[in-house]
Amino acid sequence: MEILVCVKRVPMVGGRIVVTADGQDVDTRMSGFTVSPHEECAVEEAVRLVERHGGSVTVLTLGPPAAADQLRDMLALGASRAVLLETDGREWGPVATADAIVAAVRSSPAPGGPAAPSASDDPAAPPAPGCPYDLLLFGNEAADTGDYQVGVRVAHALGLPCVTGIKNLEVTDVGARAKREYRGTEEAFDIPLPAVISVKEGINLPRYPSLPGRLRAKRATIERQEPEWHPEGLRKERLRVPAGESKRAAVLGTGPEAVPALLALLDELGVLS
Amino acid sequence: MSTQQRSTVLWLVEQSDDGSMADASVRALTFARSLADGSLSPAASSASAASQAPVSTAGGPGGVVAVVFGGAASVPLAELSSYGVRDAYAVEPADLTGYAPQAWARALAGLAAELDAGAVVAAGTDHGSEVMAHLGAITGLPMAANCVSAACGAAGELRIVRQRWAGSLLEDAVLDGRPALVTVAADAVTAAAAGDPAATAVHGYQPALEQADLRVRATESAERSAGMSLATARVVVGGGRGVGGPDGFGVLEELAGLLGGVVGVSRVVTSEGWRPHKQQVGQTGTRISPELYLACGISGAIQHMAGCLSAKHIVAVNTDPDAPIISHADYAVIGDLNQVLPALVAAIRAREGSS
Repeated sequence: MEILVCVKRVPMVGGRIVVTADGQDVDTRMSGFTVSPHEECAVEEAVRLVERHGGSVTVLTLGPPAAADQLRDMLALGASRAVLLETDGREWGPVATADAIVAAVRSSPAPGGPAAPSASDDPAAPPAPGCPYDLLLFGNEAADTGDYQVGVRVAHALGLPCVTGIKNLEVTDVGARAKREYRGTEEAFDIPLPAVISVKEGINLPRYPSLPGRLRAKRATIERQEPEWHPEGLRKERLRVPAGESKRAAVLGTGPEAVPALLALLDELGVLS
Repeated sequence: MSTQQRSTVLWLVEQSDDGSMADASVRALTFARSLADGSLSPAASSASAASQAPVSTAGGPGGVVAVVFGGAASVPLAELSSYGVRDAYAVEPADLTGYAPQAWARALAGLAAELDAGAVVAAGTDHGSEVMAHLGAITGLPMAANCVSAACGAAGELRIVRQRWAGSLLEDAVLDGRPALVTVAADAVTAAAAGDPAATAVHGYQPALEQADLRVRATESAERSAGMSLATARVVVGGGRGVGGPDGFGVLEELAGLLGGVVGVSRVVTSEGWRPHKQQVGQTGTRISPELYLACGISGAIQHMAGCLSAKHIVAVNTDPDAPIISHADYAVIGDLNQVLPALVAAIRAREGSS
């Protein structure tokens, strides 16, 4: 089966977030970048599906030229093709991002080449006309903007069924069985392929890239396209860190000697029986 | 803007298993009411809507209108009345009780058009976010996720504040589009009591669904995970990298047992495979709201702290007095959890033995 995974490059934030002086971005001078966590799991899931059912994984991101680093990280995990929708570094909203992804999907060649996927051991239906993929995977929401909608918008534009927040995925003879937990109850969805599915961290534990994988990724070609930006109906004016975040804990003591004070505190909070 | 102008705001009702309104949904109602009562100008909208003749609430009843899926019988009438909701639409056919995100969104789109709604609001839950994303895609309108407040700007524009990074960062933004589509952040809005209780009129609504809308429907299996849930536990004993490895969690489990709580862990612990992901507290794991969060050997990365913003009291046990967790905690013990926790367990047992 042919799988497209859309990932996002996000700042690697540690103990605190700092906003740039103009209030438009997270200050990343002291931090690196990474692939948003849900999406790394989406790539791992795609690689596992392909290991099981055959086919190939394409990773796609929309971002600045440096986002090629994140694509290479995902190639090292086992994706075989990478597409960068290159931007000038400004932030794209979810509608423009979805539009760019849709255009890239429509323009992409059938990843497996001109031949139709072999029917014998491919359980999935052949890709629908206009969609060269059996499955489009997304993260449920990006770690930074948390818009919760890019995958759903892509699904609608391509006329594909869509389910989000998935933590267990199986490809069957008739499509996909996707599961998630909702308030302690398991929800299962049986959906036909091709489909758009967004996943959450916990669906799997992503592997560490192998050395051969990293070497292959380093040499791989990144396909580049330059989509056109358009303004959104949700317009960012300013980012800010919520007030009152910083306090200083009252230190009860050091090491085991602090235990009597800690015990007294637990008693005061009413958590001791 | 005059507070006399009351826009119609559709509010997606999410219900618990017993049929009562979910907490997150009640918070979303508070937010929806603030929109209806003034932060949403009837004229505040995109240029296209401004060119449409009626900017009044013509066609809509004004105020918050509840939308319930599952037919008239499932409308939580007493609760809606106590919150002063005057109108509720029960979407039929009743077989839409089964969760079907795209069909639900199609129904909301139809109802919003029929009532000339100024906004559609849902809680930022898994269901709420998913349905609103579909509604954005169906209508072609922007959708603002995880809003914490809204106000009407000087030019009648809708100004919103929304969460990024799961609440570690806020974004001030302007949201176009009529209806305005928003989800409400789970932790950030406090549910306020209604002004006046009111009798709630229930209307039926038959949506015009397309066949594709029903391609995705949930089948629920009633299996509830046994035991206490991390999300609702009164005490959470957290463990991070400082636990040292998969074998170090015994003392945390023991302490959690003594305090009537459960163990939660940081992301590094699940990424290393020391503990299952379902125990993760944080942006990509579970949000907790305990009376006490005892965070042990956890540095306090923002991805973790986003999961415990609602903890009443945070006590940190950490070897590093300058760890970020110290500036989020109320109390701290500076020391190695592998020494502090066994001593604490022994002290609690001694106390139980003597009482």
